Order: sequence, then structure tokens, then C-alpha cells
Amino acid sequence: MQAIYEKFSEENINKLKKVINQLKDTDGSLIAVMNEAQEIFGYLPIEVQQFISEEMNVPLTEIFGIATFYSRFTLKPSGKYKIGVCLGTACYVKGSAMVLDKLKEKLGISVGDVTGDGKFSLEATRCLGACGLAPVMMINGEVFGRLTPDDVEDILKKFD
Amino acid sequence: MDKVRITIDGIPAEVPANYTVLQAAKYANIEIPTLCYLEEINEIGACRLCVVEIKGVRNLQASCVYPVSDGMEIYTNTPRVREARRSNLELILSAHDRSCLTCVRSGNCELQDLSRKFGIDEIRFMGENIKYQKDESSPSIVRDPNKCVLCRRCVATCNNVQNVFAIGMVNRGFKTIVAPSFGRGLNESPCISCGQCIEACPVGAIYEKDHTKMVYDALLDEKKYVVVQTAPAVRVALGEEFGMPYGSIVTGKMVSALKRLGFDKVFDTDFAADLTIIEEGNELLKRLNEGGKLPMITSCSPGWINYCERYYPEFIDNLSTCKSPHMMMGAIIKSYFAEKEGIDPKDIFVVSIMPCTAKKYEIDRPQMIVDGMKDVDAVLTTRELARMIKQSGIDFVNLPDSEYDNPLGESSGAGVIFGATGGVMEAALRTVADIVEGKDIENFEYEEVRGLEGIKEAKIDIGGKEIKIAVANGTGNAKKLLDKIKNGEAEYHFIEVMGCPGGCIMGGGQPIHNPNEKDLVRKSRLKAIYEADKDLPIRKSHKNPMITKLYEEFLISPLGEKSHHLLHTTYSKKDLYPMND
Ligand code: SF4
Ligand code: SF4
Ligand code: SF4
Ligand code: FES
Repeated sequence: MQAIYEKFSEENINKLKKVINQLKDTDGSLIAVMNEAQEIFGYLPIEVQQFISEEMNVPLTEIFGIATFYSRFTLKPSGKYKIGVCLGTACYVKGSAMVLDKLKEKLGISVGDVTGDGKFSLEATRCLGACGLAPVMMINGEVFGRLTPDDVEDILKKFD
Repeated sequence: MDKVRITIDGIPAEVPANYTVLQAAKYANIEIPTLCYLEEINEIGACRLCVVEIKGVRNLQASCVYPVSDGMEIYTNTPRVREARRSNLELILSAHDRSCLTCVRSGNCELQDLSRKFGIDEIRFMGENIKYQKDESSPSIVRDPNKCVLCRRCVATCNNVQNVFAIGMVNRGFKTIVAPSFGRGLNESPCISCGQCIEACPVGAIYEKDHTKMVYDALLDEKKYVVVQTAPAVRVALGEEFGMPYGSIVTGKMVSALKRLGFDKVFDTDFAADLTIIEEGNELLKRLNEGGKLPMITSCSPGWINYCERYYPEFIDNLSTCKSPHMMMGAIIKSYFAEKEGIDPKDIFVVSIMPCTAKKYEIDRPQMIVDGMKDVDAVLTTRELARMIKQSGIDFVNLPDSEYDNPLGESSGAGVIFGATGGVMEAALRTVADIVEGKDIENFEYEEVRGLEGIKEAKIDIGGKEIKIAVANGTGNAKKLLDKIKNGEAEYHFIEVMGCPGGCIMGGGQPIHNPNEKDLVRKSRLKAIYEADKDLPIRKSHKNPMITKLYEEFLISPLGEKSHHLLHTTYSKKDLYPMND
């Protein structure tokens, strides 16, 4: 039981425990607990969801259902560098999908995944509010605009 | 109960105030189509095929969840209602993998029926559909999300009736599917293989793992000696697959059909049920007399065993160590029978016809392997047997009766009632009471353990000693009972648990019926089981002469060394979500 201890520090697990103990008996607190867990661990892998399931006495299927229903929950860890490519209308029209394809090819991962070394994770995002620079992508908060697929390689190199 | 007056399609009616519009319509003999609705189990108003117009209410309402009120005027058949239902159905169909020709449920599919009833001849909405992999990871259950209409009847059954929580809704919108968590297969989920989700599913999205091909191959293999056995509950349900009325007892026809299919011997699992009673009855007496672990809990339902191992491992030592009857039968066929007939047990292929999907899982349990051999090689559900009979062109309804083969075809009424909830308990009491009192007791019908109630409790006097017993059917009810014991609210000596609600007669391998007729189906099958018991000359397991002979010639004594080796087993705690890495 409690495979979570093999993956995360006791300190973080205790943090989650505290939150659970505070909220346990409040109705509808499951989502709040999941939010906190996402904050603490950065994502919600099976070990964390199972821990919540056991501590709160809620079936895992229910937690997993919520985790996959709301886009703010993620099941996979983010990379050290989080890449978000805007697929909002303006960027899309200007070819952001091709930029995304290039990134997938270069990193060898698909959207929602992390590279094997944990360095890069790739997300498709909604409008980032930088339509003037379309197509754009963001890496850990830094915006790169007016992209073409050919720019991708050089930008990635900066983070190597 | 308070009543309210309503009119429905112009018909005035007085109905209980807590009725839904759907119930009121039924009462007024008006049929409203439903798909996601499953009485008392799934009442969520999701599919919207049951919409009706209500005077003074702007939008159409889902009748399965809309309560009646005094003075309500309901219209179930207006053009607006018809068009809305039709559009909703077309939307469902447009997202459906409509491969009826190759679908297990063709001919017995609620969606197909609805489509025919609505006269759908084209689908106006065409969308791109995601193609999903089938989940074939479980030894018992196959899930095909491409056929799923997202009605949630399986989820509600798994959660609320069985209390297993193996499957749930995943993702949202267009990508929504029903599946175990974390993209896992059912084999790595808490699934107990009970098959109740199959019975709940209106379409071909969940079905049993096919063993018919394996059985056909064995039948064609000249080197194989193929022996078949049939569980008690199959004989009171198989007829339904051939249009016979619910509760028809078709034992003789079934035996004839099996012989025509080419099985070398047709035996009766009821014989092994009698054998189970001898072993289990003696185990109970031993535990009572020698201070063993109590309450003792029956172990003939592999769905229940799976549940106990996953959710109540603290009760594992309470489980009887007896194998389930068909496994005992397999072990006896491959030892006693093989020896008697001079056949190499390795050439024997044992097939069990079962009302159960969990038995497909059970035959591969490592603890069940004896001398390197599986007790049973294939398990066919009642439905699969029906399919084989149809494929082979056998006119089942008009078949003459045949008798089971000997020596393992003789059984008592106690063996038959194993098929219904309370039956194992009653069979055990019939024998235990006789042993303790040292006589042939005449009052051996234990009405207090019969019937379809979820949990039954009684105190029985045996030889001046009071024995506290309980019977639970459906793992959700087993949970309630075990929690009572855990919390110190109740104490028993002996408990019977069957994993399926109603017992094996309503097992996950039984013919699938119209959900609106569930109560009739249950009651008819139940009645048939006790009729079959009454029809037999011998009604107590220990009076079965073939059982006596088996002990004399082979096993020597109950709970003896041979029994231990062949007929008893062990259990182990299982994780709900096994982690491999
Ligand atoms: S589930 Fe029903 S409608 Fe769908 S393919 Fe099978 S038989 Fe046809
Ligand atoms: S077989 Fe039983 S436990 Fe498994 S998913 Fe179906 S209902 Fe749930
Ligand atoms: S698998 Fe069957 S019962 Fe379950 S949601 Fe899909 S269609 Fe409904
Ligand atoms: S049957 Fe009423 S909404 Fe599905």
C-alpha cells in the first residue's frame, strides 16, 4: 500500500495529508484536495490519486474521472522547460500547427508528454493573448513570436 | 401513499405521488422508449430518448427522472416529442460502431430495437469517430468502447450494486469513454469479473471472453477426451435463449444438446455441489467443535472470492477452503474418473457450462493447479452454449430429453438449489443437521434463507445448539454484512455469499433479458430452481449414493488427505491497482 512514499518526499506527502484532514468532512471538498495535490506535486500520478482515494474514502474511478474532466489537472509531470504552443485562432491561421508538428518531431514526443530526460514537456494552449506576434509559443513564461517551423531547432538549442 | 391525478395522452389516471412520469406512463399502459434508464440503479436522465411534453413546461423533459404532480398533463406522442427522440437516437447512432452483422448482441440489443422501432432508415448526422482499442486484458470480460452509448448503466451497477468501482467515466465531451482508471485494462483494475456490467449493458459494448473456439477445437481433436459439466442455474435459464418462457426447466434438452455437440461425457455440477456440501459441512462442524475461525464464509462464488481478496482481505481466513463445485468436479474427473476409465488425465479436456463469467478467471488461479494440470480447461457461459447450439443447427426446443452420464451425473435436490441465493446455506444445513442429530430429519426446507432479499439472517437450532447464519447476495450486500461484523454489530457462525444479486440464477453469464422484466425473470428462475429440487427423489447431499461411493472407493473421508489435495485451496490478498514497476 501507499506507493506514493516511493515517489515523493515525506514532507510533501504530509502537506497533502494536512489538507485532506482539514477538508475531509466538508462536502464537495474532493476537487479542492485535488487542486492542492496538483500544486504540491505538479501533477496527479496514480500514486497520488490512490493516496487521496484511500485517505478520503472515495473510489479512484471518481477521482480519475474528475482529473480527466477538467483540463487544469495533469496526469503527467511537466518538463523542466514547459513549452506551450498557441492553437488559438490567430496563431492557428498563421501556421502554429506546423510549428507544433516540428516540435513533436524534434522532441520525439506528442502533446501532453515529457521527453525521456524530463527536460521538455509539450502542451497545446488556448490563446496566449499575443496575437500580434502570431504564431507564438511560450517556454517557461518566455514568449517566442512570428515563428516558422525552421525556428524551432535554434530555440530549443538555447535551452540545452 | 399519497396519490395525484394526472392525464397522460388524454387518459386520466391516479398514481402514487412519488412516481416519475415514466412510471405513470407504464401504469397507463403507455410505452416510452428508454436507454440509459435502469430501474433503481441508473436514473440519471442522460440519453433523453424518453422525453415527453408537459403542459406549461417549456422544454421537453426526460420522463425517467421527472416527477409527477397533481393536475399534470403529459403528452408522450406529439410530433415534437417524436422528432426530438428521433434526433437524439440518430446522434447516438452517428457516434456508434454500427457493425451489427458481427456483433454478439445482434438480435438482443436495445439500440438495434430502438432503431427499428423508430424506423430509422438514414442517419442525418455524420461525424468522425475515434477508434478505440478493445480491452481484452481480463480473462472474463471484454470491453469494446466503440459500441458504448455512454448510458452509464454498467458504471452504476459496478459502483452501486456491486460496490467494486472498477470502471468510471473518463475524459469529457467528444472524448468521453467508460473505462478503468489510468488507461489500465480491467485486469489491472479492481474488477472482480462478476459480469453484472454485461447484464446491465444495453448494447454489445461489454461481453464475455469467448471460449467457444477453444471448445470447438477440443471437440475436433481426436486425442482429447472432452467432458462437460453443467451448473445448477443454467438449466432454468438456457431455454430463454430459444424463446421459451422464463423459468423453463430444460435439463433434459440441454443434456441432449450437449451429447449432439459431441461431448464424450455429460456430467452434472450438481454432483460436485453435493460433494462440496460434504466437505464444507464437515469443515463447518470442525470449526465449530475445534474453535476454528468463525464465521465460516462459503467459497463457491469466484466473483465473491475476488471481492474478498481485494476489498476484505481480513476475512480471507474466514473463507471455507473448499474449491467451487465445478473446480472440485474437474479435479475428480482428472483423478478418480480418469483412473476408473483408464484415461491419461492429460488427454482430458474439461468444459464447464456456467451462469458465471468469474469462473473464466477462476480456472487460471495458480492455487487451483493440481499435479501440473488445470481442473477445468474452458468455461462457457449459458449464452455461449446457446450460441454453439444455434450454430450447430440443433432444434433445441423440440429435442427429446436425455439423462446425465454416470458416475458423476447423479445429484440431489440440495445440489440444484446451489443456483439460488440461500441455496448453499440450505444444502449445508440439510446435511449438517442430519450429521449432528444422527438421523434423517424430515423438516429440511429452510424457508428463512430463501428469497431474493439482499441480506437474510436467521437462527437455526441444530442438535440443541443455536447456529447464527446469514446469507448475502451481490457483493454490495456482502459489504454491508461484513461491515456489520467488523463494527461488532453482528455475530454469526456461518455465512453464505454469492457475488451476483440473486445468486447464480442472475449470474453475469446468464441470458440477457429486457430490463423492464427483471423482477419476473428473477422470480421465475428462482421458482424453477426450487421446483427442480422438489422433483428429485434424493434431496440431501449425503444421501447421494454416488457421493457415498466416491468416498468409499477413492476419497476415503471428508477433509482427508485426498480431499485436501484435490478439493481444497487457498486465497491471497490482492491490490486494487497492482503496481508493476
Ligand atoms: S451494439 Fe447493437 S446496434 Fe451496435 S453493432 Fe451491436 S447489435 Fe448493432
Ligand atoms: S465485471 Fe463486475 S466488477 Fe468487473 S467491471 Fe463489470 S460489474 Fe464491475
Ligand atoms: S459499456 Fe454499455 S452499459 Fe456501459 S456505458 Fe457503455 S453502453 Fe452503457
Ligand atoms: S431513459 Fe430517460 S434519459 Fe435515458
